[in-house]
Amino acid sequence: MAASNNKNTAFPKLFIVSALLLLCCGLVFGLIGGLQYIIPGFWRNTLSFEKVRPLHVSSMVFWIIIALVGVVLSFLQQHGTRRNYSPFLLRAQLILLCLAVLLIFISYFRGLFGGREYWEFPPYISIFIIASWILFLVNVIASLITIKKQPVYIWMWLTGICFFLFTFLESYLWLIPYFNRHLVNDMTVQWKSYGSMVGSWNMIMYGSSIFLMDKISGSKTYSHSRIAFLLYFLGLFNLMFNWGHHLYTVPTHPYVHYIAYAVSMTELLILGRMILTWRQSLTAAQKFRHNIAYRFLLFGDVWILLTLVLALAMSIPAINVYTHGTYITVGHTMGATIGINTFLILGMAYNLLTDECREPNRKIIIAGLNLANIALFVFWISLIVAGVLKAAWQMNPERLPYAAMLDSVKPWLISFVVAGFVLTTGLLMIVLPLLKSYLSCYFTSHLFSLRSLNAKKQKRELSLE
Amino acid sequence: MSLIMKPFSDKHKAILFIVLAVSFFSYTVVLYVSPPVDRPLEHATAVLDGKALWQKYNCNACHQLYGLGGYLGPDLTNVYEKGPDYIKGFLVTGTNVMPDFHLNNEEIEHLISYFKYLNTTGSADPRSFKIYYDGRIEQ
Ligand code: HEC
Ligand code: HEM
Repeated sequence: MAASNNKNTAFPKLFIVSALLLLCCGLVFGLIGGLQYIIPGFWRNTLSFEKVRPLHVSSMVFWIIIALVGVVLSFLQQHGTRRNYSPFLLRAQLILLCLAVLLIFISYFRGLFGGREYWEFPPYISIFIIASWILFLVNVIASLITIKKQPVYIWMWLTGICFFLFTFLESYLWLIPYFNRHLVNDMTVQWKSYGSMVGSWNMIMYGSSIFLMDKISGSKTYSHSRIAFLLYFLGLFNLMFNWGHHLYTVPTHPYVHYIAYAVSMTELLILGRMILTWRQSLTAAQKFRHNIAYRFLLFGDVWILLTLVLALAMSIPAINVYTHGTYITVGHTMGATIGINTFLILGMAYNLLTDECREPNRKIIIAGLNLANIALFVFWISLIVAGVLKAAWQMNPERLPYAAMLDSVKPWLISFVVAGFVLTTGLLMIVLPLLKSYLSCYFTSHLFSLRSLNAKKQKRELSLE
Repeated sequence: MSLIMKPFSDKHKAILFIVLAVSFFSYTVVLYVSPPVDRPLEHATAVLDGKALWQKYNCNACHQLYGLGGYLGPDLTNVYEKGPDYIKGFLVTGTNVMPDFHLNNEEIEHLISYFKYLNTTGSADPRSFKIYYDGRIEQ
């Protein structure tokens, strides 16, 4: 698993660098959206919320997806398989994804929509994403020598990549009149695809974090073990069948609700396992605490626990009927995408971007990580409390006006936004130094290799003369 | 080595994977071919145009349908109960928060037809659910 930094390993890292830039953009859009929550009419005529929300959410979704592509391609090389099958495909893949993101930003700024939640852009842009994803799949499959006796992360990567492709295509079935015409079934299919899609990128991410743990601990026992595969199959089972928990209050088939309820409860097994193995986790934490990437994984674990408890509660229909349609959902989504996805992926990014370059100032990174975690906790609690107040309003037998609810949640939305500013500061304290140290290392080594190439050329020309 | 840390055979992995994948695709096909509420759409083109406008202006960024969407504005699943004129009032001028989309009369009519149809599909009011001790809910 030696990490050699050369032209081959540098290219996949450009995916991670691009993704980190998107994370920075997403944070800025998040803050603008937050201000619009607490200052009614803020930028209503220039960049109103129907533009800011998709700008924020798409930036964050692409931060996660594009970073994961870079992480998988880099780890795949370290896994000891062939080099990346085709550097040309790799380049085409990055160009297509960047082109898609650029077109998406332009269309949001200009108010051109036509898509749906999470993919609000005009549908034709998705062709670039699909094409890029197919190249990714081809590259990963072709880079593997065999599928036999592979560790669990290879299964997770392949499963995640295939399911993302399937669910992404499924989320566009509304373009076919048969699906578009049945309004309730259309919503069912839409949230079926989204539920599994989130599962698919989490599958890729958890696979990558298992790889990183193997790398840090220097042991591959876990990734071939029965328990690792059983947990993988449990995850796959949930990815396939738990999505109905988004739809408990939607009048779709009752069996969709029952299946989702039953399947979601199997995640109790994961919660149980986390509680049973906490002692082991603590020993590992002691052992690897000097490794910065490991610290990111550790905070990720804390957020997995918190998110799992909240998600399990929300998957019980009798509780969901209160929480659905409130800020608790936003708290859950951002708690997961920041606490789990962002921290774990930042850990992987840190490991990869520093493996052949100097580490940035560790003190700043650690301070940023601690600050971001404290702020995220306040951010999360504020949204949950605001959600509880909204739930009380929704359930109140007297129909109080919407404005009355807004008044009651206002202080909590203010603390959400203030915490959002601190969270942004913490995350930027990690991202900016990391980008700076990697990019300066990248450019110096590139310039150096260019210079030595020129020198060689000159020498050759001289000798020819 | 404890039992759970022993390796898993490729054959067992493949069998489990195939069983899950076949169940998933069967479930998917059943959902595709049997839509739950099959009420015929009245004035179908107006409703479908309304739905397209809902997407074109990204109303969903601020509003929810059946609780799904952005949270700056209220849920609109059953807003038709307040009457077409009430809705028109909001669509013509916008509000302090909601932008004025400069919709023409035809667009406003189509959005109203969409809300009218949505209202017939069910109620998004959480108070309308019966809650059972086993955790289920029913409308
Ligand atoms: C920038 C956010 C935003 C967007 C985009 C938006 N709305 Fe609104 N809308 C609101 C808010 C907030 C309210 C609540 C009234 C208020 O405080 O301004 C509202 C109220 C309404 C109401 C009245 C609801 C009630 O029960 O009183 C209707 C109807 C409505 N909007 C329809 C639409 C439609 C149709 C679109 C898309 C063409 C749309 N809105 C886009 C923010 C938005
Ligand atoms: C890494 C950091 C972040 C990530 C990954 C992230 C991700 C997301 C996601 C996935 C959503 C969609 C939520 C849903 O559909 O339920 C969302 C919504 C939102 N986020 Fe963030 N977010 C981040 C940081 C922030 C920050 C710092 C703020 C500032 C306050 C913020 C403000 C918002 C707002 C206002 C919404 C819209 C809520 C709504 O109306 O639905 N986010 N974010």
